[in-house]
Amino acid sequence: MYQAIVFLPLLGAILAGIIALAGARARHSGYIDMHGHDDYGAAHAHGGGASHGDAAVAHAAHDDHAAHEPAAAGSRAAELITSTLLVVPAILSWIAFFQVGFGGQEARIPVLPWIHSGDLVIDWSLRIDSLTAVMLVVVTTVSALVHIYSIGYMHEDPNRPRFMGYLSLFTFAMLMLVTADDLVQLFFGWEGVGLASYLLIGFWYQRPSANAAAIKAFVVNRIGDFGFGLGIFAVFAATGAVNFDTVFSQAPALVGKTMHFLSWEIDTLTVICLLLFMGAMGKSAQFLLHTWLPDAMEGPTPVSALIHAATMVTAGVFMVARLSPLFELSPTALTVVTFIGATTAFFAATVGLVQNDIKRVIAYSTCSQLGYMFVAMGVGAYSVGMFHLFTHAFFKALLFLGSGSVIMAMHHEQDMRHMGGLKNRIPVTYWMMVIGTLALTGFPLTAGYFSKDAIIEAAYAGKNSMAIYGFVMTVVAAGLTSFYSWRLIFMTFHGEPHDREHYEHAHESPLVVTVPLGILAVGALAAGFVFKDYFAGHGVEHFFREALKFADGNHVLEEMHHTPALIAWMPTVMMVLGFLVAYQFYIRRPDIPVEFARQHDVLYRFLLNKWYFDEIYDVLIVRPSLWLGRLFWKGGDGRVIDGLGPDGVSARVIDITRSAMRLQTGYLYHYAFAMLIGLAAFVTWFTFAGQH
Amino acid sequence: MTWPILSVTTFLPIVGVVFIALLQGDEESVKRNARWVALWTTIVTFAVSLLLVWYFDPASPEFQFVEKRPWLGGAINFHLGVDGISLPFVILTTALMPICILASWTSVQRLVKEYMIAFLVLETLMVGTFSALDLVLFYLFFEGGLIPMFLIIGVWGGVRRVYATFKFFLYTLAGSVLMLLAIMAMYWDAGTTDIPTLMHHGFAAGMQKWLWVAFFASFAVKMPMWPVHTWLPDAHVEAPTAGSVILAAILLKMGGYGFLRFSLPMFPIASHDFAPFIFTLSVIAIIYTALVALVQEDMKKLIAYSSVAHMGFVTMGIFAGTMQGIAGGIFQMISHGIVSGALFLCVGVVYDRLHTREIAAYGGLVNRMPFYAAVFMLFTMANVGLPGTSGFVGEFLALIGTFKVNTWVAFLAMVGVILSAAYALWLYRKIVFGALDKPTLVHMGDLDRRELFIFAPLVVLTLLFGFYPKPVLDMSQSSVASLIDIYQRGLAGPKTADAMPVPTMPRTGVQQ
Repeated sequence: MYQAIVFLPLLGAILAGIIALAGARARHSGYIDMHGHDDYGAAHAHGGGASHGDAAVAHAAHDDHAAHEPAAAGSRAAELITSTLLVVPAILSWIAFFQVGFGGQEARIPVLPWIHSGDLVIDWSLRIDSLTAVMLVVVTTVSALVHIYSIGYMHEDPNRPRFMGYLSLFTFAMLMLVTADDLVQLFFGWEGVGLASYLLIGFWYQRPSANAAAIKAFVVNRIGDFGFGLGIFAVFAATGAVNFDTVFSQAPALVGKTMHFLSWEIDTLTVICLLLFMGAMGKSAQFLLHTWLPDAMEGPTPVSALIHAATMVTAGVFMVARLSPLFELSPTALTVVTFIGATTAFFAATVGLVQNDIKRVIAYSTCSQLGYMFVAMGVGAYSVGMFHLFTHAFFKALLFLGSGSVIMAMHHEQDMRHMGGLKNRIPVTYWMMVIGTLALTGFPLTAGYFSKDAIIEAAYAGKNSMAIYGFVMTVVAAGLTSFYSWRLIFMTFHGEPHDREHYEHAHESPLVVTVPLGILAVGALAAGFVFKDYFAGHGVEHFFREALKFADGNHVLEEMHHTPALIAWMPTVMMVLGFLVAYQFYIRRPDIPVEFARQHDVLYRFLLNKWYFDEIYDVLIVRPSLWLGRLFWKGGDGRVIDGLGPDGVSARVIDITRSAMRLQTGYLYHYAFAMLIGLAAFVTWFTFAGQH
Repeated sequence: MTWPILSVTTFLPIVGVVFIALLQGDEESVKRNARWVALWTTIVTFAVSLLLVWYFDPASPEFQFVEKRPWLGGAINFHLGVDGISLPFVILTTALMPICILASWTSVQRLVKEYMIAFLVLETLMVGTFSALDLVLFYLFFEGGLIPMFLIIGVWGGVRRVYATFKFFLYTLAGSVLMLLAIMAMYWDAGTTDIPTLMHHGFAAGMQKWLWVAFFASFAVKMPMWPVHTWLPDAHVEAPTAGSVILAAILLKMGGYGFLRFSLPMFPIASHDFAPFIFTLSVIAIIYTALVALVQEDMKKLIAYSSVAHMGFVTMGIFAGTMQGIAGGIFQMISHGIVSGALFLCVGVVYDRLHTREIAAYGGLVNRMPFYAAVFMLFTMANVGLPGTSGFVGEFLALIGTFKVNTWVAFLAMVGVILSAAYALWLYRKIVFGALDKPTLVHMGDLDRRELFIFAPLVVLTLLFGFYPKPVLDMSQSSVASLIDIYQRGLAGPKTADAMPVPTMPRTGVQQ
């Protein structure tokens, strides 16, 4: 069954890939045959290409550009194949969820040997425990819904088989990630989802901005993987293994030991955890390595929902949970995790306040919510972090897919300043978005209410030195979250329409789009209430068992239930405050925000430009790298090495023998001659030596 | 086995050479026949070399298929044999040759007969290099291989071919003269040029140092290591596509192979003492050349620089002296042979159509060439070292093996992993992605059947070795273990008693 869950999406990806390639080839070979005897064909092809380019530039800010190419052959087949091959794993995953979580049927399934070299043994295998089961449900459910949703959302795109293939490929890599039984397979899935993310962000490859965003996502993730890789090496150096069971069993013996890393003697577990956490920071777009996520919104909206909200970006959180037996032993590392998470939660929320692109608001919101999850991890409340991961997948996917529905209705307009009043034109989408917003802001009894408030309580109860910082930041961010979420709803759906033409043409999405929204809405409303006991209550131990490790002194799950009522109500108060301010700003007095922005111009620009991270990195990293590259090339290789080496020598040689030299054969003779002389000398010497 | 498989593998291409040389008739038929004879010769050679794999016993670290005949007055023997370290390279060579012949099928129209002869002679010399078990024989093959390569670049190369050949020649000559001297000195000391004997000879520590430096001069140029790498970009740029493939895939590997066959087992003390020096050069190569690759304007130069960076991982792994480091170095060389060869073929595909290597001349090829885009993407990812491709396994092993010995080196080398993603994806984006708006590109056709046929085996191998690298790793495992054994014994052996004190290996694992 587990093999089916993991490998059916791979099968779907391969089949869709074949269909996509065959279709693309069939489409283009026509041109080749044509241009020989039909100039019109060639001219047409060229004209089409050029206008396409222009269109791509002009529409750069939009989510899609309606290409007037015919759909690739086999589009429908590819859609049906990939969607079916995900619906089946999704159903199986829910069965697995109950079998493993409540039935305790854990499993280790060996698949193939991978890298065996000396004492390093790495195998392909599937590890099924409660942590995996939670992720399986999240990944396959959201992925199946996104596949179905994409049939509607992408119906104008000529490259649907390729799109569906990429989605399935992503799902496969993500499933390999969550079922990994060792660090290296985890890394395989990790980079695999990175590849799929790269391909999907750059799906509309004719757009320069999409290409740039795709490369940025891959490279920034690689910076995180720099740490991840070193972390794996450090684990191997310290324990002689990379598979989880061995590493975890050896971890307690490493407490208090140091290792020589670079030039220092540092606590072994702290080094390992911090290096690995660097990978998590990259993948989960945490503070300092977050810059790729907002740009990733260049990808089609279903991609944003699946990869950049519900699944891939939560891989970092999953990793910390999976490695809880290590992190739990390094208080320093946990403190850092708390600090980074809290900072991200606050930072991203502030930037989200002023963004005007509907997808970017949700992207920053995702970034911020991931920060919440890390705060939970940092204070040792792993199951609570997983709880938020679980609920967040539903409501954030809902918000993204809902915004996709808005974008479709608005003919690929993403700027909220051009929306407004859409409530009556697309009521189903509106109500879905409201449900998502309620869940995100933590309205009582919705999913976010249970999981987010639990994180804030856990931060309050947490013991490490950053816990109180985490508590303050998450409470403040809760207010900001409520403000920007309602701002999004008000700007999009309420008030006067700002773009009459788009407004008039706005229409509700088809069922293939709205039904997935409905299913996610059920999750967004009920997931918290139904599962709260198993993630944040007394059922944790029974549900997760060995999958999460709580050290002996870690009673945060117990203590968080004894927080004072005042503290427990704070996030709800913040939510109401955020709502009221947003209501005042965007419904009652729409002139206030404008005035406010003018009065606090510096602050406004600071937030609008995302704290100037992109600019700082450009100056500090990108430009110096290129400058160094040019310096090494022209100066180092050109002037110094070649100048002193071959070119200098050759200049002398050529001076002397310019007239004698004819072509390369000249050198060849010299060379052959030198070799012959050498050999002759050698053989002669041998002969003499032999005689003695 | 009753017949000498190894000799047959080595010299079969020469039979093809004879046939081609004898070809008569009008120009067109000579061209056609030369191509077919060359193709069949290389295919049969490959088939014969597969017998080596079939009969090879991976459990034994000994040399196998050994042939030994007295030669040159009895002091020097014609001594061939392969172990788990050399066999992968032999197979890599024989496997890539038919691909190279096919890749030259239409792009080479001038002096086809001579071109094919040069390639077949080159094959014999390369296989000979990897299977020679006598120093003099090795030297003949090793240096002799340069002659056909000079010709291939110098005769069938691009505009600046003379300059490139010349540079190539200057660098390699400097190295090989020193190596020849060292070989003489070794004979003087040990009384034999037999490689297996020399591996257990145990040179005095002082002498090891000089011998090591002399061999290093030759191998470092071949690798090429920073700062003697500048011949490579020029040679690649000017070489015809198949020449680049052979250069990147096999000739570069001779340096790494030399380090494994000579430097580590014969001069262990010197290897150990010089390891920090090698690490430094490797790390510089990885970071420096990756940065240089970022700003290249010529496709082939970019890939050539990335080759230098990747070879940095190989030298780093080899001189780490650990199981994973050395196995990683070997695997990285095999994988790089496949992947960089394929990348040069990818360049060749568009060069054949547009006759320029300038990156700025391309853009948006995916719109016209979907198969090409897919194939190029796979090899780009393998070059970046994405897990699931063969590029990952070698890099990962070399790094994990090095980390145990020196964390700084592994740390800095990881920076190269970030940079490789940056330049490789940038190249791909400039060539393949984007809108197709250059009028010159409109007529670009996708891969034809011949080209698909060329890429198919490389695609399969890249993925196969990415997911299941066992065949290569198992083949070399016991030989590598034995190599490490010789290396460690050399470090601690009695012969070192009179030498300078040997510092213990800097162990940087967990300290109690």
